[in-house]
Amino acid sequence: MTHTIILPVLLPLLTALVLLFGSRRSLAWKRGVSLAATAALLPLGLLLLQQTYSGAYGVYALGNWVAPFGIVLVLDRLAALMLLLTALLSLPALLYASHGDDHTGPNFHALFQFQLMGLNGAFLTGDLFNLFVFFEVLLIASYALLLHGAGPARSRAGLHYVILNLVGSGLFLLAVGTLYGITGTLNMADLAVRVAAAGPADAPLLRAAGLLLLVVFALKAALLPLYFWLPRAYSAASAPVAALFAIMTKVGVYSIVRVYSLIFGAQAGLLADTALAWLWPLALATLVLGALGALAARELRTLIAYLVVVSVGTLLAGFALNNNAALAASLYYLLHSTLVAGGLFLLAGLIRTQRGAEGDQLHPAAPVSQPALLGSLFFIAAVAVVGMPPLSGFIGKLLLLSSVPPGMQLIWLWAIVLGSGLLALITLSRAGSQLFWNTLEITPVAPRADRLRLAAVVLLLASAPLLSLFAEPVHRYTQATAAQLYAPAGYIHAVLGARDIPRLTIGPEERP
Amino acid sequence: MTLSLIIFLPLLGALLPPLFIRLGRTACAWSAALLAGTALAILLYHSPAVFAGETLVFTQPWLPALGLNFSLRLDGLGLLFALLILGIGLLIILYARYYLSEHDPMGRFYGMLLLFMAAMLGIVLSENLLLLLVFWELTSLSSFLLIGYWKHRSDARQGARMALAITGGGGLAMLAGILLLGHITGSYELSVVLASAELIQAHALYPVTLALILLGAFTKSAQFPFHFWLPHAMAAPTPVSAYLHSATMVKAGVFLLARLFPALSGTELWFFLVAGTGTATLLLGAYHALFKHDLKGLLAYSTVSHLGLITLLFGIGTPLAAVAGVFHIINHATFKASLFMAAGIIDHETGTRDMRRLGGLWRFMPHTATLAMVAAASMAGVPLFNGFLSKEMFFAETLHAGWMGEWSWLLPLLATLAALFSVAYSVRFIHDVFFGTGPRDITRKPHEPPRYMKVPVEVLVALCLLVGILPAWTVAPLLAAAAASTVGAELPYYSLAIWHGFNLPLLMSLIALAGGVILYLLRFRLFALHDRIFPLCDAKAWFECGLARTIAVSHQLTAWLENGSLQRYAMLLVASVLIVIGTSLWGTTLTGPVAMGTVDGVTLTGALVLGVSALATVIWHRRRLAALVLLSVVGLVVSVAFVRFSAPDLALTQLSVEMVTILLLMLALYFLPQHSPAESSTARRWRDGLLAAGAGLSVAALAWGVLTRPLETISGYFLEQSKPGGGGSNVVNVILVDFRGFDTLGEITVLAIAAFGIYALLQGLRLPSPTTDGEGRPWAEDRHPLILSAVSRPLLPLALMVSLYILLRGHNLPGGGFIAGLVTAVALILQYVASGVVWTRERLPFDYIKLTASGVLVATLTGVASWWFAHPFLTSTFEYVQLPLLGKFELASAMVFDVGVYLTVVGSTLLILANLGKLTLVSQPHEETK
Repeated sequence: MTHTIILPVLLPLLTALVLLFGSRRSLAWKRGVSLAATAALLPLGLLLLQQTYSGAYGVYALGNWVAPFGIVLVLDRLAALMLLLTALLSLPALLYASHGDDHTGPNFHALFQFQLMGLNGAFLTGDLFNLFVFFEVLLIASYALLLHGAGPARSRAGLHYVILNLVGSGLFLLAVGTLYGITGTLNMADLAVRVAAAGPADAPLLRAAGLLLLVVFALKAALLPLYFWLPRAYSAASAPVAALFAIMTKVGVYSIVRVYSLIFGAQAGLLADTALAWLWPLALATLVLGALGALAARELRTLIAYLVVVSVGTLLAGFALNNNAALAASLYYLLHSTLVAGGLFLLAGLIRTQRGAEGDQLHPAAPVSQPALLGSLFFIAAVAVVGMPPLSGFIGKLLLLSSVPPGMQLIWLWAIVLGSGLLALITLSRAGSQLFWNTLEITPVAPRADRLRLAAVVLLLASAPLLSLFAEPVHRYTQATAAQLYAPAGYIHAVLGARDIPRLTIGPEERP
Repeated sequence: MTLSLIIFLPLLGALLPPLFIRLGRTACAWSAALLAGTALAILLYHSPAVFAGETLVFTQPWLPALGLNFSLRLDGLGLLFALLILGIGLLIILYARYYLSEHDPMGRFYGMLLLFMAAMLGIVLSENLLLLLVFWELTSLSSFLLIGYWKHRSDARQGARMALAITGGGGLAMLAGILLLGHITGSYELSVVLASAELIQAHALYPVTLALILLGAFTKSAQFPFHFWLPHAMAAPTPVSAYLHSATMVKAGVFLLARLFPALSGTELWFFLVAGTGTATLLLGAYHALFKHDLKGLLAYSTVSHLGLITLLFGIGTPLAAVAGVFHIINHATFKASLFMAAGIIDHETGTRDMRRLGGLWRFMPHTATLAMVAAASMAGVPLFNGFLSKEMFFAETLHAGWMGEWSWLLPLLATLAALFSVAYSVRFIHDVFFGTGPRDITRKPHEPPRYMKVPVEVLVALCLLVGILPAWTVAPLLAAAAASTVGAELPYYSLAIWHGFNLPLLMSLIALAGGVILYLLRFRLFALHDRIFPLCDAKAWFECGLARTIAVSHQLTAWLENGSLQRYAMLLVASVLIVIGTSLWGTTLTGPVAMGTVDGVTLTGALVLGVSALATVIWHRRRLAALVLLSVVGLVVSVAFVRFSAPDLALTQLSVEMVTILLLMLALYFLPQHSPAESSTARRWRDGLLAAGAGLSVAALAWGVLTRPLETISGYFLEQSKPGGGGSNVVNVILVDFRGFDTLGEITVLAIAAFGIYALLQGLRLPSPTTDGEGRPWAEDRHPLILSAVSRPLLPLALMVSLYILLRGHNLPGGGFIAGLVTAVALILQYVASGVVWTRERLPFDYIKLTASGVLVATLTGVASWWFAHPFLTSTFEYVQLPLLGKFELASAMVFDVGVYLTVVGSTLLILANLGKLTLVSQPHEETK
């Protein structure tokens, strides 16, 4: 029995507890522990990715209770990809936080680790109720992080965030309750089997529950009309927290992909493709409104927050296309958009500290102290996020555009993706020219950027050229991931394969 | 392999100048020239093979799944362009060394220039169309940086953004076109695409594909109606204008026309789109050039016009026209780059480019004047200069254009008209600058520029003359090679001679020359006329205005959508729920097969109380204390309902949760206003009421549907397995600590995080403490009533004992760590309430953070312990032990887990409470000290 599958959950949890026990120790000690544990997630993520590379599933039955009765963690390609992505994003974010933002309130590092635990658990679990539990861990930790080093803007945006998400949690429970009431199970693989077998009498209730889940996930993912909380919340957060939050919307996207490919996917009988008809128009509308919001933004951080909304629209439009190539493209785009958005949030933090009282407002102000360096980094990030060649955003868009078969969908997707690309180009060229060119004749007084903070930004932004350069192997993996997702029989078999083992009469000693 | 070096060397070179600038400006220029020169040497090394008719191809897969390869191709057309890019690029590097002033950051300039050079070389050497697009957009990006080089100038910033928006946007359209082209032919490799002309032109998507690709080409080559960005790009330093905006980048569009000529041309649609746009641009540019007073403005519109001419030639679509087009590309690059450099010299030496202030410069700089005159003569199409040759070919081709039917006289007429203007503005360029009166209002005395600043101009002007006089000996092989790969087939016969006898094209040339001079002589009247006709025709203003309007609309839309109202967002969330449930359930049979049970009086009464108190909570929600009391009634009825339906564990939990929650809420209420103001309008209340009713009904419908269906769940397994597998007869508890212990671990973590979060939030918080309650009555003086403390203290040990009992028996009988923890917490909270924070804190010296953390840790470690026995996380075990006196009882690992739950609940509840309590302490220090 290999326990590596559960380590991405337990390692952050234990680290958080250790940090709490040492809550009176020095900040340096906390930083060291937190960074070491987060760094360890990276080789762990690689190891798990390597385990799924062949297409094998890892199933971890908690408490040794066989599925569907106990909770299982399931490692497949998608889960491994998300775990690695979380590790790749969180280490630079933490590195950045370790040079300033972590001392504005108590227990930052413990909360950060709890957040990682929630993220990793959500990606690993194979149980719908357990997903709810990890959503709660995520939510409450992210709320605490969001309010960290509070201010009025942060508190207000944070309040909206937490109240809406609590309502979302309530809806999640309603949906899970309904599904459990009809199918009698919580295990996602088992749900997939039972939903597919549902008769016409039960189908409407299951559809209602399935779509209720879509509402919950759409709120998390920030899909129209439920994204309005995001721009304020993300732009109010401190730079490293905002960077980490780049993956929070992706948890919603992940859940949508997971649930609507596994449980309500193509093979779900009467409930096949429950969500797609809703996702397609909403995703495209999100894309358009996000791009317009970015154009209207008056602060760099708000602008980036809208770009996060744009990326969600792009990703879900790709998933709604419902084909292998489009999903593979979306997953590639997911990697790119998460890392680059994270890098941009960190960079915005650097720019903000160097521009004096004007912060990241997009109007003429004092120049930053390191215009060449920050300007170049901004240029690279902007090129990546707009989707201009030769960086990862371009490859992602290219993959997505070429994945759609000719027809009405093609016209809509191309027009909107390319049109919003043009809007983003205009938006970012204006922002960059405001920040770095249109400066007042003042000698900058702000100190130069901290080296490790710079390193954090560079690490995240390096993903753009690297993902582009190694597009082939990355895309091969996301293609395999998409293929695995669209063939959920493998998942179901891996989880439920041993369900017929009789275990009614065995005592504790003989438990398998 | 060495082919890719031609691109990568300048790319690498982009990094050198910013480093070498520390060694001085000359070293910086050398570092830039070195790698560009090496790339040129490599290109020349490969050129014999190309002249011999070979096409060199290099392929390196990049993303083969998509058809995106790093594949390069060197053929005649590519060679010609690469020579222009590298050759003129080297001259520009030399020129810029003397052009840039001491204040201009030279390292950055050369870096961006080389980046552009690499991108441009990439375009002309790409074999893969997607790769071509990659480089295409890179030129837009590097051009953006170069135009905005003088970042303090607002015209530079605006010009840069406009150029990027238009050329970048065109690139996006082109991307779509290329994807369609790949869809039609099945490959993005040029060798495949160029051989699929019939397939492409017969395809239903051909018109769309063509239009999209042309959008890319036309925006880049500043064709009407996208021409306006080019004159505004002249805010860039002159070397940039000379290089990007006359010789190379703007040629990328016509390069693409040439490149795809074999695949796309030859149809009526091609003719009308390309030739039509070319003609319009040719005329418009030539016309506007005459009326620009700025030297660079004149040259910019002249460039627009000449690009239109080349586009028109490719639009005509005959092989000979294509040859003429390629030839004019060469000629235009040489004379226009030299004219720009001359304009730069004039600007550099006099400080102005306004022709109304210039004049008579012949006296000060005869050398420069001579060079400019040669180049301008070439631009005007005067015989013996290279511009004449291609212009003659152009005239001849306009006479033979197909598809015009009885309108075939129109094209030659328009061509002559444009040429006439071109002569006029060329004369103006020379006469207004070097002759006549002036210069006026200039601060310094003009003189010849530094020696090496003139060398690049001399080289190019020499080429103009050499090509113009001895075409067959100079340009012929290169033209033949380039034209051959453009046409893609056997080249038709053409002659590069200067003299073709008296023919129609010559007549057209003569008319243009004579007419142009006359036009120039009439210029002042024309200027006045022009100012009257076109006072407001400024495309840039339209562009900026359109953009500003788009931004304003986005502002309004965003502000309207995101008004910052939580109520609005919550409304949208609830409405979404209503819609998805409504659409799913509408018109379906909700009721399942299970019959309704009987309703007894007790249940009905309970339900009524529940409903009424819930409603009352809503109605009295503005009176917060009353609402809170009513809310607690709701909670209590729910607890009773759990008892009624035989769920003692849930009832106990609900009851204790209820108590703790209400207590905490009371504490929080202390700081809040006692009444919420009424802010909503009646209509709004109706809307929200209806929405809430709808959402409630939806949930009720779900519940109804579920309850009327038979329940076949995994819970049967839990009932069976609870005792033999989990070692406990209280199934609820076994589910919590064993079957779904992982959920519980997650939930206690949530509880702990909430406590830590609240702790963090309350740190350093200062709230004004109210002195009166909502009714205006002062709070009681006696903060810790004696009776309460007297009663509560003896209660504590009793309560602790009860909670211990509940904890221990939990595995088999109603109880468990969660309930026990809450009972303990309530007992301790009571001490806080009765005796105050300070008193209690002195007697409970625990670190609540560590207490909470230790709870989660105990639970986690219980799970980890099962690894020791090679079982998965949280695998439980139990044993029955026989102890004297106590008898046989059970020890289960799950009970340790439950202790963890207990500790977490106690710790986090107290952590929250103690810190909220401390808040009252902070705000009323005098009270405590009293």
